[in-house]
Amino acid sequence: MKFGVVVFPGSNCEEDCFYVIKEILAQPAERIWHKQTALDNFDCIVLPGGFSYGDYLRTGAIARFSPIMKPLVDFAHKGGIVIGICNGFQILLESGLLPGAMLRNKELHFICKYVHIKTENINTLFTNLCSSSQVLKIPIAHNEGNYYIDEQGLKSLEKNRQIVFRYCSPKGEINKEFNPNGAIANIAGIVNKEGNILGMMPHPERSSEIELGSEDGRLIFKSILKWTESK
Amino acid sequence: MIKPEIYRSLGLSDQEYQKILKILGREPTSTELAMFSVEWSEHCGYPRSRNWLKLLPKKGKYQSLIGEDSGGIIVDDLAIIFKMESHNHPSQIEPKQGAATGVGGIIRDIFTAGARPIASLNSLRFGPLSEPYNRYLLGGVVDGIQFYGNCIGIPTVGGEIYFDESYSGNCLVNAMCIGVANKDKLARAVALGAGNSILYVGSSTGRDGIGGCSVLASHEFKKGEEKRPTVQIGDPFMEKCLVEATLEALATGYIVGIKDMGAAGLTCSVSEMASAGNCGVEIELQLVPRADANMEPWEVMMSESQERMLICARKGKEKEIQEIFLKWDLHAVVIGKVTDNGMVCVKDKGKIVAEVSAHSLTEAPVYDMPYEKPDYLDELNKLDVTKLYEPKDYNEVLLKLLNCPTICNKAWVYEQYDHMVQTNTIILPGMSAAVIRLKGTNKAIAATTDCNSRFCYLNPYRGAQMAVAEAARNLVCSGAEPAAVTDCLNFGNPEKPDRFWYFKNCVEGIADTCKFFNIPVISGNVSFYNESPKGAIYPTPTIGMIGIIEDTGKICRQHFKKESDVIILLGSLKQGLGGSEYLKEIHGLTRGDVPDLDLQLEQSVQAAVLQAIRKGLVNSAHDCSEGGLAVTIAEACITEENQMLGAVIKLDVLENFCLRMDEILFAEAPSRIVVSVNKDNLSALCEIAKKHSVGCQILGEVKGDRLIARYKEKTIIDLSLVKLSDSWRKAIPQRLAK
Repeated sequence: MKFGVVVFPGSNCEEDCFYVIKEILAQPAERIWHKQTALDNFDCIVLPGGFSYGDYLRTGAIARFSPIMKPLVDFAHKGGIVIGICNGFQILLESGLLPGAMLRNKELHFICKYVHIKTENINTLFTNLCSSSQVLKIPIAHNEGNYYIDEQGLKSLEKNRQIVFRYCSPKGEINKEFNPNGAIANIAGIVNKEGNILGMMPHPERSSEIELGSEDGRLIFKSILKWTESK
Repeated sequence: MIKPEIYRSLGLSDQEYQKILKILGREPTSTELAMFSVEWSEHCGYPRSRNWLKLLPKKGKYQSLIGEDSGGIIVDDLAIIFKMESHNHPSQIEPKQGAATGVGGIIRDIFTAGARPIASLNSLRFGPLSEPYNRYLLGGVVDGIQFYGNCIGIPTVGGEIYFDESYSGNCLVNAMCIGVANKDKLARAVALGAGNSILYVGSSTGRDGIGGCSVLASHEFKKGEEKRPTVQIGDPFMEKCLVEATLEALATGYIVGIKDMGAAGLTCSVSEMASAGNCGVEIELQLVPRADANMEPWEVMMSESQERMLICARKGKEKEIQEIFLKWDLHAVVIGKVTDNGMVCVKDKGKIVAEVSAHSLTEAPVYDMPYEKPDYLDELNKLDVTKLYEPKDYNEVLLKLLNCPTICNKAWVYEQYDHMVQTNTIILPGMSAAVIRLKGTNKAIAATTDCNSRFCYLNPYRGAQMAVAEAARNLVCSGAEPAAVTDCLNFGNPEKPDRFWYFKNCVEGIADTCKFFNIPVISGNVSFYNESPKGAIYPTPTIGMIGIIEDTGKICRQHFKKESDVIILLGSLKQGLGGSEYLKEIHGLTRGDVPDLDLQLEQSVQAAVLQAIRKGLVNSAHDCSEGGLAVTIAEACITEENQMLGAVIKLDVLENFCLRMDEILFAEAPSRIVVSVNKDNLSALCEIAKKHSVGCQILGEVKGDRLIARYKEKTIIDLSLVKLSDSWRKAIPQRLAK
């Protein structure tokens, strides 16, 4: 299957995603410059982490106006697979492809560290290789990862089983102590109702090799592969 | 007629002004005067330090590269380029922007050499956190480093932080960056070939940072001075685009030479590129992109606006280069050309505003500074341990040391830095060295920054030796062979003979030790005038060292891994409490002489440990430094929060070498490494130690959930891991919450 990794000015995890797809998954991948106005022949588009346009305004607020976003929205609406990681998740929220918004972390600091997240829904194309409630060790690195959605929106996310990952303890307990950024309901990642767009704050591309401390992130990429191949 | 007040306010002496008159054969224009003042400042021209810097060795076991703005070594087909630089005074005034632009500046020094930056480190020093302004500085500096480093996508993988009264009023922010390039694809900071074009690329030129290096960096702080306008403002997003565009442009092969505009801005890049190429450069200032209206020519030449580069491009290929920068929405303007007359010629609206020989700008006068040993030192070096009261409760002492900000865990700091981006960081911050893998090879780089400045204050020669030895020891504990050094020499006012004596002795200490270890000093930076009304900082020759790991499968971390592993002390059993953190924290004393350092023994200990790690014999390795043996073992127990392991230690084997228990526990003697091994590997390890003539003492075993230390039948220390960990982990957050 063919992956495309979008490069905005200020993206800084695009090479890391590219490396995992090419070297670890051994799949074809292309970088897509943000000024491109068409997306052809891709199975999955990755919006990588970083600081698009410096994120001096609200995170992702300028990137959503990039030329690439129009074909990307079309691609997503037609059921194309999209995964937004960190800044990519923020861009998905700004562009309305996923519901909710990001606030600054509760401690008002950037946080970079390994955290644990619990897989809340294994019936998605991004998690089909995870076992039920599997705890994944994956790092976060962000300033604005404090996910927020109003009460009604949260109910709807829960009802539609759109919450895919929640921050938890190494053993899988979900509570305030193991919520690194203050995200509502410990939310670390969600999908859209149709299930083809995933946004997550933790970085699976940073945890796809045991040498880096964890290979749990690889499960997410491999799930996408499995789903596409079985189609 | 230029009045003395004018040139003096720019940092030039009467003597230097006379020299300028002689060079020009006339009075300088205001632009020329400004250009001389920045190029001859200590920051750019090294007039006071250059004679001594010649002592530093340039060759080692790997082939060295000494470039215009940085240096490096060659490992197989790769050039590893690195450098450390200070941004002390800007950070003291405006900590966030000061630190941010310090990071931005050192990153430019790396990619201007054609290398992709892969990791940053730093070395920070502040006054005690009990003072509110020091808390503000710590917060601001960390914020500045995370702001710049995280956005630009270069992991901040390591560093060190010390707190001491001597830095109240003059903090230190030393930033280091490491980059990697194909060894045949390096770029030089040179202008060559008459008729080739000079391109200005990157951000616009504004009034920020004017005189940053001459006025700010080359004077000590006096009371009530307002220097904020001389601090530059950083834009990491701009620099991220500049990194990508520059590396893309260099790959075209159309770039003859390139240099960043850092200290002394356009003046520095124009004159140094021309001088390096033995040619001239002519530029027109009206073509320079501006951020501020109505700037005077001298302001344009002096501005230290960030994120700008100067390129010498092959004639006829300007357009290809410009297109790449425009793709990244960056300025790329031809502002001049290379000439063959050796002159830097600056025009404004076609009128010449400066015309000076490039060499005269870059060849700053060299001064032999007088030096003299301070008279207080002999008295300060005296220490009679027997006269100190001996603590009754060593549990309390150990907890207090673990909680002291210099020793404690620094997660509050490094978790604010993105230390994982680029997915190469194999050993994350919090250990004695960071390890960064080199993708596409089986190798990795280990990197560390080190300097115990209290040692340098008490004995500058040996203190500097200790800094080099400790940096090397840290690298060895990760499984790396020490390979090369960059130094950042932070001292007080060099015009005062006692301060210069410290400088001279530290440089000699570094030079002799590096020669002994066969490690070159491939780049560096000098920062003088680090003084506040209270006096000079402790002499702080920060050592940034990198080492090479041959096999990423053979790396080692500092924490205990397995219950019932044997804990061993390799190396020296000599002690000495002089200059220790224990004396300072518990007895309130900065006294004594620095413990002895036997370079041969140090080298043997390091060789033995490296061999043991490479053979896969040891499960952990941690060197003894601040806080001594007790802190080393405690850290080995608690470093990994989710995997803490206790230890039971017997101190009897050390008694013959010490006068008292506090010496055994807390002396900071060098050449000691604590390792843990599986019982089955014990004899193989002892064999290696014996072969290297290195002492090998069994101290105890990894066991349970407490740290217990016994002497004969007496329990000296008995603490739960949770208590040790709390004391160590919460030290900085506790103090900042005040």
